[in-house]
Amino acid sequence: MRHSVASPTIHDQQKLFARLLIVPAMLVLLLVAVFPLIYMILVSFQGITMMDNSSDFVGLVNYRAIFEDQRLWEAVMHTLIFLAIALPLELFIGLSMAQLFLNKLPGRQIMIGLLVLPVVVSPVVAGAIWSLMFDNRFGPINQVLGWLFGQEMTILWTIKPELVYPAILVAEVWQWTPFMFLLLLAALANVDKSQLEAAAIDGAGYWRIFFLIVLPSIWPVMAIALLIRMLDLFRLFDVVWALTQGGPGTMTETISIFTYNQGFRQFETSYTAAVALLIVVMLSVVLMWALKRVGLSR
Amino acid sequence: MNRVPLSSRISLGLRFCAAVLITLAFLFPVYWLAMNSFKTADEIYASPPVWWPAALQWSNYLVLFKDGDAVSVFNSLVVASVSTVLAMSIGTLCAYSLARYKTGGDDLSNWIISQRMVPPIAVVFPIFLLYVFLGWVDTYIGMILLYTAFNLPYVIWMMRGYIQDIPRSLEEAALVDGCTPWEVFYKVVLPMCKGGLFATAIFAFIFAWNEFLFALVLTRTEVTTYTVQVTHYFGGQSNFWTKIAAMSVLGTLPVFIAVVFMQRYLVRGISLGAVKG
Repeated sequence: MRHSVASPTIHDQQKLFARLLIVPAMLVLLLVAVFPLIYMILVSFQGITMMDNSSDFVGLVNYRAIFEDQRLWEAVMHTLIFLAIALPLELFIGLSMAQLFLNKLPGRQIMIGLLVLPVVVSPVVAGAIWSLMFDNRFGPINQVLGWLFGQEMTILWTIKPELVYPAILVAEVWQWTPFMFLLLLAALANVDKSQLEAAAIDGAGYWRIFFLIVLPSIWPVMAIALLIRMLDLFRLFDVVWALTQGGPGTMTETISIFTYNQGFRQFETSYTAAVALLIVVMLSVVLMWALKRVGLSR
Repeated sequence: MNRVPLSSRISLGLRFCAAVLITLAFLFPVYWLAMNSFKTADEIYASPPVWWPAALQWSNYLVLFKDGDAVSVFNSLVVASVSTVLAMSIGTLCAYSLARYKTGGDDLSNWIISQRMVPPIAVVFPIFLLYVFLGWVDTYIGMILLYTAFNLPYVIWMMRGYIQDIPRSLEEAALVDGCTPWEVFYKVVLPMCKGGLFATAIFAFIFAWNEFLFALVLTRTEVTTYTVQVTHYFGGQSNFWTKIAAMSVLGTLPVFIAVVFMQRYLVRGISLGAVKG
């Protein structure tokens, strides 16, 4: 590049070249990631609501409101409930399936290929699918339950408070268990066979082998799969939106749906900015820690 | 059968049955959606539900095209493909710099991947305010730029990995032969990571194609994407199942086709490069 610059060494040239390469990407990220963040910090200290458009600074009012906002903390609770139930389920089912598919099986590749499909369906469509499945009159789930129990079932899955969570969780677990399955299958396939055989010859039982050899060996992949799923569940929005829109009432409002409602339905502009900022801060702390621990950048 | 002991044949048979059952269980919801898109309204609103429509009829799809709702699939196509091309171009340049010149060190790389993990809800709000100010709400340029930025961390991260997999000696040889750094990148590195480029592009496309929250907030009527269009058919009292099913199938079909060609790169793609599968 640039031979006109007063005879730079080849090394300097390369350095300049390397810097130029990242410029376009950095500009886009600055515009869409960094600038909004700075702007959001500014807005969170103002007092903009639907009624009041003034841009006076009000100090920490919005942040203080966060601590008194019961609905927000309920939304945090709901999100954590989804996380605490869906994540172990996906891990457990995914791992069991990976064990099942690990060894030779007729039609193995085809079945694995088909099992991928839920992962790439748009979460909105997944929500639509399950809302169709769970429909109290036109859905097959009530019908099958009816066959099992020998009487007509008209369970209101997405309306009854105690049934909404199972319905959403089923949709969520259906979509993302194959993700766990695929990653863990790849990890299991890489476990050192000779170690397993040696342990078996020494008379170690199945569970002993699993906990002492298999688990430590697949842990790096498992940790990353869990991290990715954890972050996804933390921002859970689409599936819940398609199934219940956070309802009935605010029963299934997640952090993301709560923030959406505050910002785009109730137009609490400054308050929403404060909440969004809180989310970013909370997540950044977890992320920094996790990225160092998990070592995604190996 | 020959010498395989009976017990291991039985266990294989049991495993096979379990595997088939599990696969069917995961596929059934997809089948149910697809099958419903071919039902008449009477069949969809029949109780108990019909498991196989009397005839495969296409009117649910035709209605989407006649009413112009199918435009949303076109919008998704434009927004997702243009943003993918943009993100791939500038992302790969950046990835090369990170992989080979260690620009910004590990900190910059980690910052970039952490951008991927920030929840959209946290940034969508200020972006909305910015877009209102710029007049970009409900425009192609606004959505394309947004999805470019949305996919950029992923593209940079994945391509950085694929470039690191290429042996370095080739590039050094090219430099010694008098290639400029740009020629090395263009003539040596790019052809060698063709597979990775292709796989990453497909994934970036799928992410943009399936995205919902940004589209919900930042589109109104002009560039409504198919995911937002699907939610338009949900009503307070009842849902337009014929349209939901047909639109969902229209939107899902391209992704399924893409995945068939992607099998080899799938695990690496969805694990953010952590599993080289």
